Amino acid sequence: MSGNDYHDIPGTFVFDAEQSRQGYHLNMFCMSLRQAKNREAFLADEAAYLDRYPMTAEQRQAVLSRDWNEMLRLGGNIYYTSKLAATDGITFQDLAAIMTGMDRDAYREMMLAGGRPIEGNRTKGDWDNG
Amino acid sequence: MAKIVGGYATSHVPAIGVAIDQAKTEEPYWQPVFAGYEWSRKWIEEVKPDVVFVVYNDHATAFSLELIPTFALGCAAEYAPADEGWGARPVPTVHGHPELAWHIAQSVILDEFDITIVNDMEVDHGLTVPLSLAFGQPHAWPCAVIPLAVNVVQYPPPTGNRCLQFGKAIRKAIESFPHDMRVVVFGTGGMSHQLQAQRAGLINPEFDQRFLDLLVNDPDAAAAIPHVDYLRDAGSEGIELVMWLVMRGALGDDVKELHRHYHVPASNTAVGHLVLEPK
Ligand SMILES: [Fe+2]
Repeated sequence: MSGNDYHDIPGTFVFDAEQSRQGYHLNMFCMSLRQAKNREAFLADEAAYLDRYPMTAEQRQAVLSRDWNEMLRLGGNIYYTSKLAATDGITFQDLAAIMTGMDRDAYREMMLAGGRPIEGNRTKGDWDNG
Repeated sequence: MAKIVGGYATSHVPAIGVAIDQAKTEEPYWQPVFAGYEWSRKWIEEVKPDVVFVVYNDHATAFSLELIPTFALGCAAEYAPADEGWGARPVPTVHGHPELAWHIAQSVILDEFDITIVNDMEVDHGLTVPLSLAFGQPHAWPCAVIPLAVNVVQYPPPTGNRCLQFGKAIRKAIESFPHDMRVVVFGTGGMSHQLQAQRAGLINPEFDQRFLDLLVNDPDAAAAIPHVDYLRDAGSEGIELVMWLVMRGALGDDVKELHRHYHVPASNTAVGHLVLEPK
């Protein structure tokens, strides 16, 4: 069993060395949005603002199209990408809903009913068989 | 001499801070979350700590990928609440205790815990939400605060065992400080939750309750939980729970559980809360 046994967890990107190396500029772009003046500059001209960060074309496209799971796949980390969501006025709970593909009310109902259970969500095999 | 008089563990969900700041704590959604903190509000009022030592994590706020300290100890005189993208929380500035903090830094480094010393840092919801839960909405926090930021964002965080052992070194450090002082140690974060990707919303009450039991009665067993178990069974962000082990280590071998609260959900997260007393 390697140290990377977490790759068998479904629907999850573990922010490990490989993800972090790949996502450095994407995440540092998101980090810049912590400041109000940068949020304004980004929203005024997204493409020009992104030119400041040497991310890959794929990462850039994922940002422009707000493909939240794709950002994570390409090395984004949720605590960084959530700053982009905040810039768009999206709350953490609604962002979570979008990433799961559920609508916000259905997601909120699921959480009120106790959340997503661990049974059936432990391994990629669980999902393939489900 | 300084003395550790209690341990206080709690989730630090940002939405809890929003509910407090926007006066929503009596709403049906939030009431059961906050009801479980009433007992410990009174407890901490009676215990009257001079200092709270808060083990928490920074969420890409003061630290980014530019600098990722595994353990960063705040030795500053004060810490400003941070703007995390939605504007800063309307809570008082956090005042530190540089003398005790530096004493702890020196003691644990000579005990072979090679920490980072921080003199300038903003603090995010990871630190301010537990203070709000413990102390409500005062004009000034009633005691000094020493922040210990633990990396749990970049994998791998420190192991559970390292956190437990570090807690023991912190206990030794605090209890060798030559001034009378009452200290409560906070462990924050968790419980089970996953904020990202297709599996977001994962909650695992069985894992959480077992963790609470082990933390109280068998901390070595809790410390032996491998990272992959947290990631898989408590959700990718549930790994924050390793920080509770620092608090547990600081309380000594045997503790008495004074209070426990568990509720699902607060936003995306299972809320857990413990108050412990050293025996
Ligand atoms: Fe957190």
